Amino acid sequence: MSTGLGVLSSRRYARSTTVRRVDDEELLGRFLAGDRDAFTTLVRRYQVVLTHIARSYVSTSHSADDVVQEAWIAVLRGAERFEGRSSFKTWLFRIVANRAKTIGVREKRQIPVDHTDPVAGERFSSEGMWKEPPRPFDDVLAQTQADSAAAAAVRAAIADLADLARSVVTLRDVEGLSTSEVASLLDLSEANTRVILHRARAHIRSVVERVAKGES
Amino acid sequence: MALVKDINCRAAVRLIGDYLEDALSWRERRRLEHHLANCEACSTYLEQMRATLVLTGRVEPEDVSPEALTALLDVFDQYQRDRDSDTPTS
Repeated sequence: MSTGLGVLSSRRYARSTTVRRVDDEELLGRFLAGDRDAFTTLVRRYQVVLTHIARSYVSTSHSADDVVQEAWIAVLRGAERFEGRSSFKTWLFRIVANRAKTIGVREKRQIPVDHTDPVAGERFSSEGMWKEPPRPFDDVLAQTQADSAAAAAVRAAIADLADLARSVVTLRDVEGLSTSEVASLLDLSEANTRVILHRARAHIRSVVERVAKGES
Repeated sequence: MALVKDINCRAAVRLIGDYLEDALSWRERRRLEHHLANCEACSTYLEQMRATLVLTGRVEPEDVSPEALTALLDVFDQYQRDRDSDTPTS
């Protein structure tokens, strides 16, 4: 492997499991050459997030599944060719978003963006001060492993979110895309993306807080 | 330092979302940071949000349903068969 891993990618690598994560681009090459296992790995890696993206545009999960399947077929048949101008996953997300958008327009998509406060109003006094101040949850983090209660809570909290919010937080915080990339993929303004993101993060935070307090 | 208009905790929490995305105006940022310097509760909230981001970043991809995987593998296998039958043998 070539040298020159940046600080960020080194950290990301250190965070991952001991098994080397095969690069997407390498898997793509193998899958296009007929390697079934490489295809399976890519599908396992991205199928769910692709479905979330599609579901942000179309009104049924059935339509979303169709969009994603058609996108894979287009990649397989070479109708969509990866030219390395972005990362593989951004390119794949874009294919699905574009296809879903075409259908979503027909389905007259509406984007409700909730601008109410991200933290419930009852947590503040009439003067806008915390009634019960938040407490640090260092302990939760210290004991957190991939399968810990907090990690499970985060996963459940993401699953609870509305389709669009789930897509935004998954693309930004799980997949690590920039806010502008997320906005562009989901056809949102950056300001609305940030509003949705903050509310989604605040929801996840509140779920982790309940775990930290031993409430769930 | 020039006088900074104080904000309450509710307003601070509202700004923290854009603060984490580095999307505040300099004036909003200054107000928020002034508030945070004097408010332990909101500083804790910010730390909780940062901790939440760390936890969210550790989430592994959800696994695909067996039905969806089977359907895609069928498409893949069909494509390979079509391609092999189209390839002239020499």
